[in-house]
Amino acid sequence: MIVDAVSRVLQANALLTAFAFVGLVMWLSAALSKYLTMGRLHGSAIAIMIGLALALWGGMVTGGKSGLADIPMLSGIGLMGGAMLRDFAIVATAFEVDVEKAKKAGWIGAASLMLGVIVPFVGGALVAAAYGYTDAISMTTIGAGAVTYIVGPVTGAAIGADSAVIALSIATGVFKAVLVMIGTPFVAGMIGLNNPRTAMVFGGVMGTTSGVTAGLAATDRRLVPYGALTATFLTGFGCLVVPSIFYLIVRAIVGS
Amino acid sequence: MTISGVALLAVCTLLGAILGDLLGMMLGIKANVGGVGLAMIFLIAGRHWLIRRKLLNEGIKLGVGFWAAFYIPIVVAMAANQNVVAAVESGPMVAIAAIGTVLACFACVALISRMSGRVETMDEIEAREAKGAQTGGLGSVVR
Repeated sequence: MIVDAVSRVLQANALLTAFAFVGLVMWLSAALSKYLTMGRLHGSAIAIMIGLALALWGGMVTGGKSGLADIPMLSGIGLMGGAMLRDFAIVATAFEVDVEKAKKAGWIGAASLMLGVIVPFVGGALVAAAYGYTDAISMTTIGAGAVTYIVGPVTGAAIGADSAVIALSIATGVFKAVLVMIGTPFVAGMIGLNNPRTAMVFGGVMGTTSGVTAGLAATDRRLVPYGALTATFLTGFGCLVVPSIFYLIVRAIVGS
Repeated sequence: MTISGVALLAVCTLLGAILGDLLGMMLGIKANVGGVGLAMIFLIAGRHWLIRRKLLNEGIKLGVGFWAAFYIPIVVAMAANQNVVAAVESGPMVAIAAIGTVLACFACVALISRMSGRVETMDEIEAREAKGAQTGGLGSVVR
């Protein structure tokens, strides 16, 4: 009887259930990040990996296509992570962008942002094509995921990609973020990452904010604000140019 | 008022989405072309306008800031409702794409940092500032 009552309330308040559930996942990820990886792996990257793992589990249990959201009690996850709230929250992050600070980064920041979108996009799209995703929508979405794990799904939703392709693009972006977090301290010497200017270039080219901040923190804490300054621009810039200009270019090359 | 911030954010997001859709129609593709990016530009412009008129208050900041802080949890929820089963069946593509792009990006950083000549390292900056010979502050390095 108690079980019935609980599941009825959880289903009737699906969105609140989702808030509580995601809160639990975030809290667990923060703890794992702190105690298991000593802060080397950012809590948000762990949380997204847990999210993808849960989606895999949900898909296997229910045989559905919407991951965890196919479990009736957790259907609120679908609303919370749906296009409406996602776009709303991502637009909100632009509020912290300070135009004056952006000017400080100057042309070198702008150039690194261009590279930061073009290089991963081309790489990701080519790998996608090599694996048989030869249509313009899938190539663009997976290429966008290689830019960051936000640009991927935003692009995919905008141009109407398949959910499996969107999942691939998120996974590519998360994998990239994790590699940047772990790899940065090891390559820092080789790429000259010991001064604020290179840190800004690094932030713009690598782009993934969580990867850049965690990677720089593990290399030299003093460099974090410089990398974060340019990295925060990349996602917004990517969301602007990838579903528009880049998609049209890909479509012109490979056909629809 | 907090709602002013939320409403400002909502108006910017909707405006971006509408313009993105119109742009898509004009280009003859059934897609939202850069709607989120356009909305971000509107929000940055809106904030600039509010600051200049001295209308930006704590309530507005709270209304937008809450949603900005909410974006990682929302991304986690989004990850949790993707069709990962189908993605996993596609094999090692994800790893190859990610490793390839990260290596290429590291190479780009190395190239730019070599090309742009020598600059003061963080250690040198701190040593100089400790000496009290601070002339231009961070600005001179940043440029």
